[in-house]
Amino acid sequence: MSAKPTIAYLLLPLALGLIVPTARAEAPSDFLARFDQVARAADAGFRGFSAQRGERFFKSRHGADWSCASCHSDNPVAPGRHAVTGKAIGPLAPAANAERFSSARQVEKWFKRNCNDVLERACTAQEKGDVLAYLLTLRK
Amino acid sequence: MKRNTLTLGLGLLAWLALGAAWADGGRFDLGGPVYRDECGACHVAYPPQLLPAASWRELMRTLDRHFGADAGLEPQQAAAILDGLVAQARRRPEAAPRGGPVLRITQTAWFRHEHDEVPARLWKGPAVKGAAHCAACHRRAEAGDYGERTLRLPR
Ligand code: HEC
Ligand code: HEC
Ligand code: HEC
Repeated sequence: MSAKPTIAYLLLPLALGLIVPTARAEAPSDFLARFDQVARAADAGFRGFSAQRGERFFKSRHGADWSCASCHSDNPVAPGRHAVTGKAIGPLAPAANAERFSSARQVEKWFKRNCNDVLERACTAQEKGDVLAYLLTLRK
Repeated sequence: MKRNTLTLGLGLLAWLALGAAWADGGRFDLGGPVYRDECGACHVAYPPQLLPAASWRELMRTLDRHFGADAGLEPQQAAAILDGLVAQARRRPEAAPRGGPVLRITQTAWFRHEHDEVPARLWKGPAVKGAAHCAACHRRAEAGDYGERTLRLPR
């Protein structure tokens, strides 16, 4: 007879747990954890992210005209400039710009667009994690 | 002496009033924050009034192939932005080059006419890098202000 309410009470924290993480502002470490999870699931041999690999990825071209640095500069604690329009872009490194890696919607939208422009494909979780690991080593 | 000061003061007032009137002439309502944020990330958010609805429709339909960049948006958000653009779009249709609607403000007859006195070397030079970079000359383009008071040509 009391089975239903009990289940409801058990489910309540679960439901809250699902809502709260999307509602609060996120931190760069949340993204790192998420990319890590996906990278592990995709590749059993995954050995963690590398800031060095991330830096190389960020500064190289991958077949198309642009690298990430073309718009975000070689020094991502400094402001960048859009390669076509010249519009100023705030620094990409979280140490220099607190708004970076604080919204999943923003981060996903821009990875999707920019990876498409630079690599003509989506970035893998490993590539995203490497880039973020690199950005997190930078100090203002 | 006193008289001079008064004349100067009145002159200044008249100048300020005129200045404000001129600025008003070139001022556009850019619409809501979603449009300003989403369409103002890579370039200034352009005034919706400067293209007809057919042009905005085609632009919003092809965002993932947007002048060589991927500017893709989620469909609901693109639809909301398009509604705002169409509501303020230019009423007079633009003669279409080769069938499709014109996709660049800078290729409309209005734009060419309004800018026919800008020297060609300026458009191409490193300070401007193309006519689409309104803010290189219209220093407050980001706020929709294209009035003469905020116009300053780079050298
Ligand atoms: C053609 C220009 C351009 C290139 C190339 C480019 N970006 Fe961006 N990127 C932008 C712009 C514009 C924004 C959004 C403007 C802003 O937020 O200030 C942005 C935003 C981002 C963001 C959002 C971060 C946040 O939380 O706000 C990330 C992450 C990002 N870029 C990563 C990359 C990576 C990785 C590459 C290389 C694969 C890359 N970008 C290449 C222009 C570019
Ligand atoms: C990812 C970057 C990016 C985003 C986001 C973006 N654009 Fe663009 N847009 C460009 C580039 C690059 C050009 C070409 C600029 C040039 O030729 O100098 C351009 C050009 C344009 C032009 C033509 C300018 C002219 O008259 O020559 C229009 C109109 C335009 N964009 C509208 C929009 C609208 C509307 C949105 C929002 C839905 C948007 N843009 C979002 C990158 C972007
Ligand atoms: C190279 C500099 C330059 C660039 C870039 C430029 N303009 Fe202009 N603009 C001018 C000049 C010069 C005038 C003419 C002022 C006059 O003759 O009174 C003008 C006039 C205008 C006017 C009329 C203002 C009024 O007082 O009614 C508008 C609107 C305008 N421009 C919009 C734009 C837009 C939109 C863009 C970008 C797509 C742009 N301009 C890019 C230099 C520029």
